[in-house]
Amino acid sequence: MFARTSNVCPNIKCLPEHQVFVRTSNVCPNVKCSPDQKNKKMTSHPKNAEAFIENTDRVDWHDAALWHVRQKRDMAVNTVPEWEKLRDVAAQIKAHTLANLRAYLLDFEQNAMANGVEVHWAKDAEAHNQIVLGILKRSNVKKVVKSKSMLTEECGLNAFLESQDFEITDTDLGERIIQMRQEPPSHIVLPAIHIKKEEVGDLFRKELGAELGNNDPTYLTNQARIHLREKFMECDAAITGVNFGVVETGEVVVCTNEGNADLGVHLAPIVIHSMGIEKLVPRSKDLAVFIRLLARSATGQPITIYTSHHKKPAKGAEKHIVLVDNGRSGRLKMEKHRSSLQCIRCGACMNTCPIYRRSGGHSYHFTIPGPIGSILAPTTDLKKYSDLPFASTLCGSCGDVCPVKIDIPNQLYLWRQEIAEAGALEGKRKSMKAASKLLASPRLYRNFGRLMTMGLRFMPKFLMVNRYNIWTKGRELPKPPKQSFKDWYKKNHK
Amino acid sequence: MRVGLFIPCYIDQFYPEVGIATYELLVKLGYNVTAPMSATCCGQPMANSGFEDEAKKVYHHFVDDFSEFDVIVMPSGSCTMHVKEHYTNIEQSKNVRHVRKNTYDLVEFLRKHGLKKLPKVTFKTTVALHTGCHSLRGLGIGQPSELFGAPTSALRQILSHVKGLKFVDLDRPDECCGFGGTFAVTQEAISVKMGQDKVADVKRTGAEILVSNDMSCLMHIEGILRKQGDNVKIMHIAQILNM
Repeated sequence: MFARTSNVCPNIKCLPEHQVFVRTSNVCPNVKCSPDQKNKKMTSHPKNAEAFIENTDRVDWHDAALWHVRQKRDMAVNTVPEWEKLRDVAAQIKAHTLANLRAYLLDFEQNAMANGVEVHWAKDAEAHNQIVLGILKRSNVKKVVKSKSMLTEECGLNAFLESQDFEITDTDLGERIIQMRQEPPSHIVLPAIHIKKEEVGDLFRKELGAELGNNDPTYLTNQARIHLREKFMECDAAITGVNFGVVETGEVVVCTNEGNADLGVHLAPIVIHSMGIEKLVPRSKDLAVFIRLLARSATGQPITIYTSHHKKPAKGAEKHIVLVDNGRSGRLKMEKHRSSLQCIRCGACMNTCPIYRRSGGHSYHFTIPGPIGSILAPTTDLKKYSDLPFASTLCGSCGDVCPVKIDIPNQLYLWRQEIAEAGALEGKRKSMKAASKLLASPRLYRNFGRLMTMGLRFMPKFLMVNRYNIWTKGRELPKPPKQSFKDWYKKNHK
Repeated sequence: MRVGLFIPCYIDQFYPEVGIATYELLVKLGYNVTAPMSATCCGQPMANSGFEDEAKKVYHHFVDDFSEFDVIVMPSGSCTMHVKEHYTNIEQSKNVRHVRKNTYDLVEFLRKHGLKKLPKVTFKTTVALHTGCHSLRGLGIGQPSELFGAPTSALRQILSHVKGLKFVDLDRPDECCGFGGTFAVTQEAISVKMGQDKVADVKRTGAEILVSNDMSCLMHIEGILRKQGDNVKIMHIAQILNM
C-alpha cells in the first residue's frame, strides 16, 4: 500500500493506468514490481477494502456482477436433486486421496510414463520454473502460449520466463487482459472481473490498435481472437494448468470455456501440464463426480464448453507433466487445516462472499483471494497474512456453496486462534484480557454497563461521535435506555 | 421445565425492551423463567477475535450461571451457536455438556416447544425479515438460498401466527448484514457498506419494519438507518409475539 497519498508506484516500469489501481487497491498491480517494493509498506485487507469501496459505482457493479454468477450457480444446482449427496461424495473422495497421496502420486507417475509422458517433480515454485526453463531451453523454444493456471501464477512463471527472454502469452481472454495490464488475477475463474468493458476497449486500442471508443464485447473479443491466433500460430510450446489428474489412466483433465488450452496443446510440439500434487482423483468414475460439480459451482454451467482429457503426446511431440508441491505437503501435515487441499478452484466461495464482492480480489494481497485464499494464505506465512482470516463475518455461506465441503468458516475461526497464539495480535491482547476480566465478573460488568449507558445519555455528542469512535463513522449509536434489562427484572420479578 | 433466560450483554444494556419481551413471552407460554442476575456474556467477542483462551473464564462463568436450568433460552442465534459449537476448549464436564446440549435460540425453542401455545396477536403492518447468519447457517433454523431446494424461513413460519402481518421479500434475503461482532469495527468500511446495501434492499420492498431474531444485526442496521435518516423501524421477533 505504498503511495496511497501520492498514488505513484515507485516502480519506474509501472504504466500510467496503474495509478488508478494504486488508488483503488493500495497494491501495485505490476507483477514486475520486485517483492521489496511491493512490501515497502505492509498492506492489509481492511485498508485495501476501504480504498476499493471509495468508488461506490465500481463496488456496486462488482458486487452485482458476482452476485449474478452466484444466482446462476443456484439455478444450476437446483437442477441436480442429488446435489448435496454429490458434495458429500466429492469431499470423501478428496479426503481419501489426500490420505493416500504418496501412493497415488507414484501410481499416477507410473501410468503417465506408460503413456509416453515425461513426469517431473518440483518441490517449490523455483524448482517448477527451473524445470519449465530446462524443457524450453532444451528445444530452443522462444515463444510460449499458456492457458489459465493459478499454479503458474503462484509460481510467478510469467515474470520468470520473461526475465529469461521468452515471450509468454496467456491465451485465456481474461488472463490476456490482465497480462496486458500487468496485474495479477482478481478472481480464480474470472481473472478480469474487476475490469469494465470500457477499460478493456481502451486497453485494446493501445495494445492491439482496436477502434477508438468501440466497447462492444463481441468486437473486443474478436480483436483478442485475431491477436491470439497469431500467438498460437507462432508458438513453440504450450503450457496448461490442470483441473484433475486421473491416477488410473495417468491422464490430466483441463476444463475451459474458450478452447484455448486445446488449441495450444494441439499446435505446439512441446506441451507442459503444470499441476499441484493435490489435483489427483483415483479413478475415471471419481472424475465424473467432480465434473458435475465444478462448472455448476463456478459459473452455473452444467459443464465447461471443453473438458479435455490429455493422455499421450501427439506423434512427434513431447508431453510433460510437472507435479508441484510448493508447500502442499506441509499443508497436508497440518492436521487441522488439511481440508483446504480439497479445493478444486471453482471460485464459488468468492462469488457468494459478501466481503469479497465488496472488496475485490486484489484486496486479499495473495494469489488466491476470497474465503479459500484466506485459509490458504496463512499456511504459507502466518504473520504476513494474519489479516485475512479476519476478512469475514463468519456468515457461513462459503462453506455452504463449497462443492467439496471444505469447512471454510470453521477454518477461518481456527486460524484466528492460531494467529493470536502466534503473537501476531499482541496489540489486542491487553484489551481482550480486560474484556474477559470484566465479563467474568458480574460486579465489574454491572458498573461498566452503568458507566456506558450513563455516558451515552449524558455525554455531549462530540465526545461520543468523533474520529476515534469507529462505530459512529457510518452508524449511530443505540439510543440509551432509561434502565437495563436487569434493572427492570429486579423491580418486576418476584 | 425450568428455563434459564440469558440476555446477552448488548441487549441488557441497549435493548432492555427485547429482553423484557422475551421474558414475558416465555412466561405467557407457561414456563418457569429465571434470568440470573450474575449473567454477563457468552464470550464470543473474544473468541471470534482469536482469543479463545482469554474467553475461557467467561465460558466457565456462563456455565456456572446456567447449568442448574433444564433449558437455556436466549434471544440471539449468534450467542446460542457460540455456546453450542465453541465451548469446546474447556473441560467437557457434565455441566458443560448439559449447557451446550440444552441451549436454544428463542426461535429454535419456540419451534420445538411453543408454536401451538403462541399468544394470539394482531399487528397490521408490512415486515421484511432478516435471519441472523449464525441462526440460519450455524444452527440451521431455516434453509439458506445456496443449499439445494427452496429456501425456508423459521421467522416467517412463526410470524405467520400473527394476524395482519404482510410479508415482503428482500432481493437477497440471506445476505449477511455486515455486523460480524468486532468485524463491525476492524473492517468498518465493508461492514457499513454491507449494512447500507441491506438497508437499501429493505427500503426497496416498502417494508415498515425489519424483523430479526438477532438483535446484534439489528443494532448495526438501526445505526445505519438512523444515520441515513430513514424511517424504517426495527423489531426483534419477541417484541411482535409478545404484543
